[in-house]
Amino acid sequence: MLRKAVGELPSPEFPAYSTPLDTPLSEAKVAIVTTAGLKHRGEVELWQPGDGSYTVIPSSERDLQLSHFSPNFDRSGIAADLNVVYPIDRLHDMADAGIIGSVAERHLSFMGAQFDFASIIQDSAPRAAQELVDDGVDVVIFVPV
Amino acid sequence: MFEQAGLSTVNLGLVRGQLESSKPARGLYVKFPLGRPLGRPNDAPFQTAVLTAAFDLLSRDDAPFIVDFPESIADEGDEPASCPIPPRHDPDLHPAIDEARGLRNAYQRNLDATGRTLLGRVTTPDVDGVVTLVDKIIRLEAGESLDDIGIDSATAIAAGQDIRAYYEEAGLQLTDSTGSRALESWFYSVTEAGQLIRRAQKVMKEKGTADDFTVQYILPGTQAR
Repeated sequence: MLRKAVGELPSPEFPAYSTPLDTPLSEAKVAIVTTAGLKHRGEVELWQPGDGSYTVIPSSERDLQLSHFSPNFDRSGIAADLNVVYPIDRLHDMADAGIIGSVAERHLSFMGAQFDFASIIQDSAPRAAQELVDDGVDVVIFVPV
Repeated sequence: MFEQAGLSTVNLGLVRGQLESSKPARGLYVKFPLGRPLGRPNDAPFQTAVLTAAFDLLSRDDAPFIVDFPESIADEGDEPASCPIPPRHDPDLHPAIDEARGLRNAYQRNLDATGRTLLGRVTTPDVDGVVTLVDKIIRLEAGESLDDIGIDSATAIAAGQDIRAYYEEAGLQLTDSTGSRALESWFYSVTEAGQLIRRAQKVMKEKGTADDFTVQYILPGTQAR
């Protein structure tokens, strides 16, 4: 029922656009952008709807706080294994196996369950994209929560 | 925006309607429980298979499109996890506080095993911190308002989630049943603390002692009665 309700929420219209990957995946640098609402341990500000900011997560960091305001999703999976919403160890495995070229030095977390996307579309998302471009990232995997 | 910046993207999607309306360049619909976009915790081969399916989309030149991941995972929240509740220890304590104290060893075992905890948004990440929050919920159930207790809506909602985190992490050490939302159902329908939050929500709604946003989000919608 919740999944159906979420599916029927209006979504912003985006122009169709795609950037082909012009390097082999085995040479590509990959970053994660999750909407799990992850913050660094000790960041006390609670993530609320309307806050379109993002957390920059160094590739080595694992002690992250789930600051997503909504109770409406399973949290025990995240408690058991961070990779279920932020597959950072899986990316490292794939880099070690030569499947992807490398893991980005920095990854990003927004907070899902937003009711107004204006600040994200106009401000934080373009900034976030530029940060990853500046880091030499080729591929981004979006992970929704 | 990311594509326009020159990045090639792949989008996992847990809600097909949302994936369709947002029109990503390369979408992979994963029919998994909400909160588990990579499918199963501690299942590296499965998570890797999901990522592989996503990255395979990069070889196609007909964006935008959506592909369905071939395997689905059901939500298991209808059946609470089978977790033992600690026996009453101190009859002078509120049952929820006594119960929370009784779970401290299980919580610590999980912390030792994983090195991580989700507890600690609005309290210290230990049993004393949880007891402080349970006490606030007790006061909400008794009819006090958020102002009376000295917390705002965001803190009240986060308090409920901190208590839930403590219980679910303790529960991970007490059951083999780690299906999606099984521990959530155990917490809210079997434990004293979870049922306390449920009763407090009812009081807040009936007496108007908290705003609608707090009433709505202090409890998952899946646990509303």
